[in-house]
Amino acid sequence: MRVELQQIVKVFGTLRANDDISLTLEPGRIYGLLGENGAGKSTLMKVLSGFLQPTSGRIVVNGTPRLLDTPEQAIRLGIGMLHQDPLDFPPLQVLENFSLGYPGRWVLDRPRLRQRLLDQADVLGFDVDPDAHVDRLTIGERQELEIVRLLALGVELLILDEPTTGISAEQKAHLFRILKRLAHEDGLTVVFVSHKLEEVVSLCDHAYVLRRGQLVGAADMPTETARLVELMFGAPLPPSGRKAPRVGDVTLELQNISVRSHRLCLANVCFEVHAGEVVGLAGLEGSGQSELLRACAGLLEPLSGSITVDGQSVVGAGYHALLRQGIAYLPAGRLEEGLVAGLTIAEHVALVNGNGSPWLDWDRAKAAAKQSIAAFAIQGEPDTPVEALSGGNQQRLALALLPRGLKVLLLEHPTRGLDVASSAWVWRALLERREEGTAIVFTSADLDEIMERSDRIVVLAAGRASQPHDAGSVTVENLGHLIAEVNQ
Amino acid sequence: MTAARWRHVILWLTPVVLALLCGMLLLMAVGAPPLEAYGQILQGAFASYAKVADVTAFWVPLLLSASGLLLTFTAGLWNIGIEGQMAMGAIWATAIALHVRLPAIVQVPLEIVAAVVGGALWAMVAAWLRNAANVNEIFSGTALNFLAVNLTTWLVSGPWQPPEGGSVHSTPIFGAHAVIPTIAGLRLSWVALGVAILGFAAAWVALRGTRWGLRLRAMGHSRASAHILGVRVERETVLAMAACGALGGAAGAMRALGTYQSLRPLISGGIGFLALLVVMLSSLRIVWLPFIAFFFAAIITGSQRLNLVMQLDDSLGGVLQGLLVLFALLTGGLRARLETRGAVEASATAASTKPGPTLGQGEAAP
Repeated sequence: MRVELQQIVKVFGTLRANDDISLTLEPGRIYGLLGENGAGKSTLMKVLSGFLQPTSGRIVVNGTPRLLDTPEQAIRLGIGMLHQDPLDFPPLQVLENFSLGYPGRWVLDRPRLRQRLLDQADVLGFDVDPDAHVDRLTIGERQELEIVRLLALGVELLILDEPTTGISAEQKAHLFRILKRLAHEDGLTVVFVSHKLEEVVSLCDHAYVLRRGQLVGAADMPTETARLVELMFGAPLPPSGRKAPRVGDVTLELQNISVRSHRLCLANVCFEVHAGEVVGLAGLEGSGQSELLRACAGLLEPLSGSITVDGQSVVGAGYHALLRQGIAYLPAGRLEEGLVAGLTIAEHVALVNGNGSPWLDWDRAKAAAKQSIAAFAIQGEPDTPVEALSGGNQQRLALALLPRGLKVLLLEHPTRGLDVASSAWVWRALLERREEGTAIVFTSADLDEIMERSDRIVVLAAGRASQPHDAGSVTVENLGHLIAEVNQ
Repeated sequence: MTAARWRHVILWLTPVVLALLCGMLLLMAVGAPPLEAYGQILQGAFASYAKVADVTAFWVPLLLSASGLLLTFTAGLWNIGIEGQMAMGAIWATAIALHVRLPAIVQVPLEIVAAVVGGALWAMVAAWLRNAANVNEIFSGTALNFLAVNLTTWLVSGPWQPPEGGSVHSTPIFGAHAVIPTIAGLRLSWVALGVAILGFAAAWVALRGTRWGLRLRAMGHSRASAHILGVRVERETVLAMAACGALGGAAGAMRALGTYQSLRPLISGGIGFLALLVVMLSSLRIVWLPFIAFFFAAIITGSQRLNLVMQLDDSLGGVLQGLLVLFALLTGGLRARLETRGAVEASATAASTKPGPTLGQGEAAP
């Protein structure tokens, strides 16, 4: 399928998210769409897949101009998109989720659909349980389900928006093999949206680079990465440096903690985190990292064991009580449980900055919002609704909203979907907090990030947790072995 | 600018015109002259001071309920139980009116306070069910409405029936000390008007000027995110429902102490459901509530005249309102669609327009 985007413009309020973008997608090729956060990649792909209507410009599919009013229409034309945050139906079962949107008559032929699902998953080499509930799957598994669903619907142009951010290295390698086969053997067009250069280099045949809503370059792969970097950022990357931690007393202590979620049981976790220390939780996606963090934050009741902060038990205290005590949690789903879509930056700032007064002072809230915007380099205005911000700017805002002087900061995928510059920025902000003596525990699907940012690393696998390892003594290679060791 | 303004006015007027046209078709179908019927409605609402006063008297409980509902709708709570909360307000006010005897200056405020408490408590049942057992307030509200109506009927025909004998129509008329004094010669009361304005102002201030209002908006958009950002969602659920129940209870008291000066079955007169329509039509903008509520009150009150003058059923008013809400929701949804489609088609045919000024955002300089 040959698709041309012609002079696409998409305006949100005063923001030109896409500014006169024209590009062509040929069948049988894998295209990389590169750009830093807020460059307009997701917006352009949502326009292409019918989720958003362009302000102007048109989409030509196989020579015919088309109006893509809905995703359903786009899918009928053969254009399907896998979103950064999978748009599925968490309360439903995998099979039901698969069946929705499947063309058919009134009667739901479950046995036939089940077979179709299993066949398609089998072709792709994905392990799918039709009876599992979607909300119990990891992001990676939900992505696989979406790919299976889209391909079963006959999609010829597959768009993947930052698909590698929430998944393990093995899942990623498998995904890349599948995508290459789909494009080069089956003739599909694949658009791979990413800010990770090495992934685009290893996977794609051609790359388009966006910056500030405009198409600033295109290159056949392989090409010099330095050139791509320059196109993406317009300037060389800032170096990321870090000082050795100044470790204080034990702040957070977990003793024999067992947590259970729908699928996994993580037993007898013991480790401690000192003030001014960063501990990374490594392991395959869905090994209990989130559950552990949520237990520490008071959002999940552990089955057994004790969690203390500064010697005081925090189990059963409840999330809000812990937040007041200086224990904060930043979840992965920014717009699902981090920020409130529909409210502006200033409203968020006013929401969290309670000064005891029941009255709202909008002038002060706006001034405070302006300060946060400046201090956290957020690309937006106090009146900008948070859903109009890019992922990186949303994360900056989420960081800006955290109270100062925290004892413990728990982060789930703090840089998921963020470009190099934004990630570096986020970590600079986090390391500032470390300097203040905050104990930081985070999880990431990116092993490099865990290696680079942690002072100590706890490996989770097969329902158990390792003792913390000093980050200096661990390399990416032997982290893999560690995961295997814990397994035994 | 002017073209856009006109477009806005036209889109705003479209549902009104469509509702009137549909109403005309209905009238013609039953063989009545439509324009005359509309004229009669207008006359019925505005022909005299007394009629305007009647409209205003109907407006009072409608505005109170709508103000309360705006609080819960903002918080994402669909408080269908408003009818029951009005009935409970009326019941609590009646309990005081029938069983307490104090000077009017104390008695009437006491009745209103009782109504406020009764409505709030009844609403808190729904909030509690939501928090404790995750029962959606739409379902609990429906059940609680049913209970409240039946409780009213039982009270009127049982314990509170007039001494002269069984009547299913009303309790005894309250004593002069227990009712809201009306303006001489009219069915409107300054007290009722004051209570309505006070309730509306309270809702306005709560939503526009307080942190609580902001918290309600946050949870209305996303309960999960609001929780993570520190909003005590369960507490705010109780408070929002209680506040709405309180205003609904006050509305019920206005019906019992003012309109009927007694308790009757179906005391709410469907005003709670009407208030739901008012709030839907307002697209959650509190500024619009008094105007929409007054418009509805005028149609309802005015169409009573149809019965007298043209032997038409006065339910035409209700039909017009239902049509209006449906058309308003319809055009609201179509508007967004048409605007984007228009833009796309314009750009698909015409040559590409050069972008206007780009967003003057500062450099992302850390």
